[in-house]
Amino acid sequence: MSLLPLTFLLPLAGTLILTLSRGRLGAQSCAAVGVASVGLAALVTAWVGWRFLTDGGQGIGITLWTWVAIGDFQPTIGLSLDGLSLTMLGIVTGVGFLIHLFAVWYMQGDAGVRRFYAYMNLFVASMLLLVLADNLLLLYLGWEGVGLCSYLLIGYYYRTAANGWAAFKAFIVTRLGDVFLALGLFLLFRELGTLDIGEILARAPQVWQEGAWQARLAALLILGGALGKSAQLPLHTWLADAMAGPTPVSALIHAATMVTAGVYLIARMHGIFALAPEVLTLVALIGALTLLMAGFAALAQTDIKRVLAYSTMSQIGYMFLALGVGAYQAAIFHLMTHAFFKALLFLSAGAVIVSCHHEQDMRRLGGLWQKLPLPYAGFLVGGAALAALPLITAGFFSKDEILWEVLAAGQGGLLLAGLAGAVLTSLYTVRLIIGTFHGVAKSENARRADAGRGLLHGLPLVVLATLSTFLGAWIHPPLSGVLPAGPGADAHGAGHTLLALLAAAVSLGGVAVAIWLFHARRHWLAQQVADGWPARLWQLWHRAWGFDAAYDRLFVRPYRGLVRVLHSDLIDRLLLLAAWLSWALHRGLSGTQTGKLRLYASTMVAGVALVLLVLVLRG
Amino acid sequence: MTLLWLILIPFIGGLLCWQADRFGDLLPRWIALATMLVELAITLGVWFHGDYHLGNAGMAGEALRWSMEWRAAWIPRFGIDVHLALDGLSLVLIALTGLLGVLAVLCSWHEIMRRVGFFHLNLLWILGGVVGVFLAIDLFLFFFFWEMMLVPMYFLIALWGHSGSEGRTRIRAATKFFIYTQASGLLMLVAILGLVFAHHAHSGEYTFAYADLMQTPLSESTAMWLMLGFFVAFAVKLPVVPLHGWLPDAHAQAPTAGSVDLAGILLKTAAYGMLRFALPLFPEASQAFAPVAMTLGLIGIFYGALLACGQQDIKRLIAYTSIAHMGFVLIGIYAGTQLALQGVVLMMVAHAFSASGLFILSGQLYERLGTRDMRQMGGLWGRLGSLPGFSLCFVAASLGMPGTANFLGEFLILFGSFPVAPWVVVVASIGLVLAAIYSLLLMQRVHFGPAQGEGRFADLDTREYVMMLSLLGLVLLFGLYPQPLLDTTGAAMSEVQRLFGAASLSTTLLTGTP
Repeated sequence: MSLLPLTFLLPLAGTLILTLSRGRLGAQSCAAVGVASVGLAALVTAWVGWRFLTDGGQGIGITLWTWVAIGDFQPTIGLSLDGLSLTMLGIVTGVGFLIHLFAVWYMQGDAGVRRFYAYMNLFVASMLLLVLADNLLLLYLGWEGVGLCSYLLIGYYYRTAANGWAAFKAFIVTRLGDVFLALGLFLLFRELGTLDIGEILARAPQVWQEGAWQARLAALLILGGALGKSAQLPLHTWLADAMAGPTPVSALIHAATMVTAGVYLIARMHGIFALAPEVLTLVALIGALTLLMAGFAALAQTDIKRVLAYSTMSQIGYMFLALGVGAYQAAIFHLMTHAFFKALLFLSAGAVIVSCHHEQDMRRLGGLWQKLPLPYAGFLVGGAALAALPLITAGFFSKDEILWEVLAAGQGGLLLAGLAGAVLTSLYTVRLIIGTFHGVAKSENARRADAGRGLLHGLPLVVLATLSTFLGAWIHPPLSGVLPAGPGADAHGAGHTLLALLAAAVSLGGVAVAIWLFHARRHWLAQQVADGWPARLWQLWHRAWGFDAAYDRLFVRPYRGLVRVLHSDLIDRLLLLAAWLSWALHRGLSGTQTGKLRLYASTMVAGVALVLLVLVLRG
Repeated sequence: MTLLWLILIPFIGGLLCWQADRFGDLLPRWIALATMLVELAITLGVWFHGDYHLGNAGMAGEALRWSMEWRAAWIPRFGIDVHLALDGLSLVLIALTGLLGVLAVLCSWHEIMRRVGFFHLNLLWILGGVVGVFLAIDLFLFFFFWEMMLVPMYFLIALWGHSGSEGRTRIRAATKFFIYTQASGLLMLVAILGLVFAHHAHSGEYTFAYADLMQTPLSESTAMWLMLGFFVAFAVKLPVVPLHGWLPDAHAQAPTAGSVDLAGILLKTAAYGMLRFALPLFPEASQAFAPVAMTLGLIGIFYGALLACGQQDIKRLIAYTSIAHMGFVLIGIYAGTQLALQGVVLMMVAHAFSASGLFILSGQLYERLGTRDMRQMGGLWGRLGSLPGFSLCFVAASLGMPGTANFLGEFLILFGSFPVAPWVVVVASIGLVLAAIYSLLLMQRVHFGPAQGEGRFADLDTREYVMMLSLLGLVLLFGLYPQPLLDTTGAAMSEVQRLFGAASLSTTLLTGTP
């Protein structure tokens, strides 16, 4: 019996202990339970992973019990481990553990830590179920579970109504995507008669021709689910608002793990997408559009967490781009390195925010690099990886591979988008670092910054910083048996080297321009965007191309209008007409009861006359 | 005899409660609790000793298979018997009745302070009537129990209810409830008599027996009219939009125990009626009517969800969510596949738990805050002990979070209906988003946001905590391991599916595939 189920059972146990303790545990014990459960899960993962790799990559399948059995419908509570799920398992428990550790420092003094760790542990458990599930219904359980935890953690500071509404928005928008996924499940089950992922992938090519409408539709529906969860166009609007949650939450859920679930899902269901090449092209197109859209939006944010949020969208756009050209392995590789450096960036941002007394607006930060050396270093290393500085960073290797695969797939336009995105990435990264750490401190909070101390604060940053350098790129996810090779797999040569040089030049050039622009010419830049069309453009980017306003007008307001029109239950009112009618009749008839004998007598005579008349006429 | 006792126990217990009133308030409560516990224990005993396994279904021949049966002549001249029978479906629903009966008694412990004995008489008589409905397979007896449950429910709302805002008095709500259900009950009586006369015209003898009436040959139009008579009666009770008007008022004005009974069991008698009578008695007519019924289900899902969003009274909100959930049940019933029908059973059980949970929670809120108006709430998280946490769990169940029984119920219905009516499923799935909207709206308005005052309210006491925890436990248990339940109802559901499905061969409906 493998220890695999323990990976999700341990965090689940953590949640249960924290929930059922009903306040009998102190803050310290809550943190200990919360961190230890994930830490143990990480250890189990290490053990399971070591066994897996030394066994030569033999997949493991464990069925705990049959969830439901009605005729052919027999989804199980079953886990399966292969290279892909192991990679995800490692990221979720490993990075998750570091973030939990950091959260102990970040959340100290907060009154609700029990709730915090209960939600965080539940999140880890759900995420692990998502990546380990051997059938789509169980995957859906994890999928919705992470959504719920995301909702709860975004709204963690519940006293501020805006946080609650941000959480609300996140849940509803992702749920919209989930409906597509659910429909995909219904379709797959009807057509293939199973929900088991392995069997679906095996049966699909037998049942469907390439380009069959069922395959296309199924792929589209799965894509819909992925778009919501991974905050891609057009279901991306929730992620920036999701930054209302505590920063470790943003690091874990909204950077490293949950938002990449869509990438995982598409990679996992690659066999369906292979039968629907048009949909795959759509995936690439959406990825390219999102990475550009989010890149511009990131450029115009002033809240450091919102910059990072848009940057996450943009990076996931790269992953979708890779998926779309069939380079599944490159997508997962970038998913992994992104988890490292984006978690590092978020945790460093968290360190800055706590040190500056919960100030996170760049307009009120600045001049921090001497006071906060460790977060500064974290930002430098993480930022370098994000901007894909050549050779020394993990991000370079993964992003370069994506660009190469796009080129190898012959998608020149998409490659251009990827390169343009790289320039944007350099620009906003440098702007973020300069705005936060350089120049003069622009508020009292920034001037009074106290650096964080202690192992809990330092260790996660150092480990993640190490993984964000080229050392992280040495970790090769064992994907070759699971995912098909990309289009550029066996054509390494001059073209690849040339592209790598080009990408390096683009990234370095971008950084150079950015330093010149945001440091040397910052006053000039500020003047330029003060009014006229640059100001309007800036505003447009700042509002992320106005999607929120458009959706508000298109969906939210009509919905609220409909609710307002209906709220008094019109149909019920209509049926009450019957009651009103009988009441009116009652009034009319009781009006004839006057007590006047003469009226009664004359009515009676008239009635008799009428009856006689009828009888005579009929007779 | 066990079946007869299942009906008699609540009635006798009710009488005892009424008389025990003279010895103080506490005695009726304990008697009522003991009565419902005995009822539940007997049901569970029957469950463990009987064999309801799916294996029986395969051999389902012409004769109906009942696990238990009891029969005595009542009015022989018209062929009316006291004929009770039990199969997996009725067993599950009776167990549910027993369980929710226990909860209804428990949640009234501190809420009901006036005329305690008479209150429990009414409460137990409702439950007795419901058990009768689930057991009767003589149509006259069925009608008898169907009407029987209304009267005590009327008193429950009229005497112990709350008076709401905007001139919504409890008397008015009770009257509305009574008229709606009474009028529709009359339609059913007419349909029953019509069926009996049709049988008489064919065979020359009067009978109200289920098995005999099933064999009645009916012309297409007669079958349709009679089916509609049944359908309307059940549609009012389920409720199906546009016949739902009584439900929000009744829920909002009823005491907590009344809401628990209403949402948990009374609504289920309607679904039971459709599964037991409307479909098997008139399979062809039902099959032809299915597109209409499914459309009504869809309307219910959307209408209920939209109205739930617009409510200020927390109990009215939950009442409208019931309408939305019952829309799924209606779709599942008329899809008629094994998967969908099993989903209907699970959905009924799940909704009974989650809606009761939410109603009990709003009762507890009312006991602490003295209001059900959500405009006067907000920011209650952190001020109410573990109540908000439970609210969250039941809200999650109500929006169909996987892991809860509600998720499986909804998804089995949708999985099962998809091959039959794909477009209906597509539209119904949008209801999943709406469910999220109204559920989270409730959380946001009640528990999140700025607090309207400082200080804490009383935490849940042990009685309340245990009640909520066990309900939650059941929601999760049936969400993760529903098989015992599904195995029990499997045979009964495949019987329905066999009768209903046979009719589908002759008629084609909204099918996407030929």
